[in-house]
Amino acid sequence: MVDIPYEGIPGIPPAEVPDVELYHPRSWWTRYVFSQDAKVIAIQYSLTATAIGLVALVLSWLMRLQLGFPGTFSFIDANQYLQFITMHGMIMVIYLLTALFLGGFGNYLIPLMVGARDMVFPYVNMLSYWVYLLAVLVLASTFFVPGGPTGAGWTLYPPQAILSGTPGQDWGIILMMSSLILFIIGFTMGGLNYVVTVLQARTRGMTLMRLPLTVWGIFTATVMALLAFPALFVASVMLLLDRLLGTSFFMPSLVEMGTLSKYGGGSPLLFQHLFWFFGHPEVYIVALPAFGIVSDLISTHARKNIFGYRMMVWAIVAIGALSFIVWAHHMYVSGMFPQFGYFFATTTLIIAIPTAIKVYNWVLTLWRGDIHLTVPMLFALGFIITFVNGGLTGLFLGNVVVDVPLSDTMFVVAHFHMVMGVAPIMVVLGAIYHWYPKVTGRMLNEALGKFHFWVTFLGAYLIFFPMHYLGLLGVPRRYFELGDATFIPSSAHSLNAFISVVALTVGFSQMVFLFNLAWSLFKGEASGGNPWRATTLEWQTPETPPGHGNWGKELPVVYRWAYDYSVPGAAEDFIPQNQPPRATQLIQGAAS
Amino acid sequence: MSAVILFLAVLAVIAGWWLSQQRLTAKPWLEEGPVGNFPGGDTMTWPAAKVGLGVFLAVASALFVLFISAYSMRMSVVDWRPLPIPRLLWVNTGVLVLSSVALQWSYVAARRHDAEGAMIGLLAGGASAVIFLAGQLLAWQRLGAAGYLVASNPANSFFYLLTAVHGLHLTGGLVALGRTSAKMWRGTEIANMRLSVELCAIYWHFLLLVWLVLLGLLTGWTDDFVNICRQLLS
Repeated sequence: MVDIPYEGIPGIPPAEVPDVELYHPRSWWTRYVFSQDAKVIAIQYSLTATAIGLVALVLSWLMRLQLGFPGTFSFIDANQYLQFITMHGMIMVIYLLTALFLGGFGNYLIPLMVGARDMVFPYVNMLSYWVYLLAVLVLASTFFVPGGPTGAGWTLYPPQAILSGTPGQDWGIILMMSSLILFIIGFTMGGLNYVVTVLQARTRGMTLMRLPLTVWGIFTATVMALLAFPALFVASVMLLLDRLLGTSFFMPSLVEMGTLSKYGGGSPLLFQHLFWFFGHPEVYIVALPAFGIVSDLISTHARKNIFGYRMMVWAIVAIGALSFIVWAHHMYVSGMFPQFGYFFATTTLIIAIPTAIKVYNWVLTLWRGDIHLTVPMLFALGFIITFVNGGLTGLFLGNVVVDVPLSDTMFVVAHFHMVMGVAPIMVVLGAIYHWYPKVTGRMLNEALGKFHFWVTFLGAYLIFFPMHYLGLLGVPRRYFELGDATFIPSSAHSLNAFISVVALTVGFSQMVFLFNLAWSLFKGEASGGNPWRATTLEWQTPETPPGHGNWGKELPVVYRWAYDYSVPGAAEDFIPQNQPPRATQLIQGAAS
Repeated sequence: MSAVILFLAVLAVIAGWWLSQQRLTAKPWLEEGPVGNFPGGDTMTWPAAKVGLGVFLAVASALFVLFISAYSMRMSVVDWRPLPIPRLLWVNTGVLVLSSVALQWSYVAARRHDAEGAMIGLLAGGASAVIFLAGQLLAWQRLGAAGYLVASNPANSFFYLLTAVHGLHLTGGLVALGRTSAKMWRGTEIANMRLSVELCAIYWHFLLLVWLVLLGLLTGWTDDFVNICRQLLS
């Protein structure tokens, strides 16, 4: 049998793409609504994620009102408080951060940064967004169904998640599971695109080791998400069947409201294993894109090449691999076989090594750099500090003996908000200030941006630093009110009130940011194509905002890595990736 | 969870092998110039759709392996009562093997530029896949009639769940197969159809493999096999 090679599929994409091969929007609807252009899909993802994120922000205000001033607000009862907690957590982790980093930044930046015209499967990419939107709508609809959204906590642990007595037992939990299943289907469609685009659609000269770290971060996070989300899928399907068909995958035999329930023999621990097999990689699914983006922000705004590029790439890959074998450190108090704890504590602490390498490399990139304290840089610096703080308390909680007493206290809340709440949001905000000029052609207002940064950064510390102290006192998390527990001093209550006031302030300061986004769209200073004088390909597009097909007639050719800043002897302090080497130019000049 | 750890280890070996071909030890800051000057680091020579299918199969495998992990953890609880596997499943397995063979036939024909042979293979493969699905539904019905309901025992729940998930994947495959056949029917040049036919065949072989693994699990053979391995090791 003779194998005929694939026709017209060389290893390197052709420089010129015939017009017919590109997707062409024919009407307003296909250009702006049912668009297959990754840039439009990215904006759709970002706007949807921001909209549902604002709902979660308002939920956090309501929680803080209750915690800071218990008994004052009659419109918040205990059930609602649990519902607020659940929805706030679920929305922020999955529907905001995951969707924004991978669906938003991934869609916008991957094709532009690797020098592609679009994602490799644009139609599937469009479907991905619409399934995501459907997931968000199903989730939002739970606020309006009888019984309201589920109050099971964002971890949705059975048996309580589907028993009567937990708010949202009728519809909330069913719709939550359905929404998660939809989200995972939608994400898988998008994820296939991100991975295959990085593998297959890189332009000529763009080797893996010339990729900007942003692409490395998003790529690795996508691979992880593709392998981790199936665990949540399996857990959701099985919990849904327990709730709807009365199977006993997770449900043990128990007495519910005085009568023996129909369930028997199921293993709640099995759910926790599945959930955290997804849940821990999820932390890094959010963190790795943040690591990548922040590396690029620091290098660009400090006008210095990233320190230890190779080590940064290896660290990203190592963190991605290690994060799959640490999940049970969320389960020290679950009643699993106790000796597992030693293994998982060890792997958890090992992951600190590549993470620390990254932090050192960021700091060493700043060392003797030409630091411009622009708004993106401020947020990047804010990220490093916050991430180190949150990471250090992670070392506490990773150890079994420290975790057991601190588990289910405010200390844990403070830890994960620092490390996977505030820190990635710092990067999201910095990245928006950084890439907004490319998306819109206009700069965001800098004075408003600096105000936004300082209120957010200082506010986040005023909120979450005291919360560690509350946790050490033993103030429990998830409680509607603290009552008259003797071990909680009255100062803890004043501290809670203080945190609430700051939280509301920081929340409202985000409105300044939203105003800035809208105002600058029309009134912002025109940015030009490359306002930060950056090297990566997305800043070298012929049009700003990049047009359809990104690159005009010819794809760019890459001659160097992404971090040629302040090269000695160069005319400018940056050399774009697609600028040919001077030696070649000279030779060509001599030849002509 | 040992099944899924094992699966991830295999994936990690594949990913590690691929990364080792990518010159991750290069010093990109020293390597200025056109890419031809430095070996390695090109994009893959496979077409994007084939890589896409490969990535999807990895995701689908992760899904099935996680179900299998859950199965093995749940079956160690005392209330587990294995259900009798209907004879019909063996017939169905045979039909699914035929389906896979037909698609392989179709792919071989497409490589020989034999449009008619490819079309016959596609249709035979699709028809036998539909028969397989109908057979699975019949098996469900017989089990239900014999009193093995979905919620009466976790073994039953897993039986219905695993067969349903496998069936849904096959149904999704049928959509792709239908589109490929329709394109072929309209007389698209066979050379342009080769990739689509190949992808269908790969997906079918994958689902056959998954089904054989699931069948081993449901009949308890995997359990015996694991026990033998344990005894050998200890």
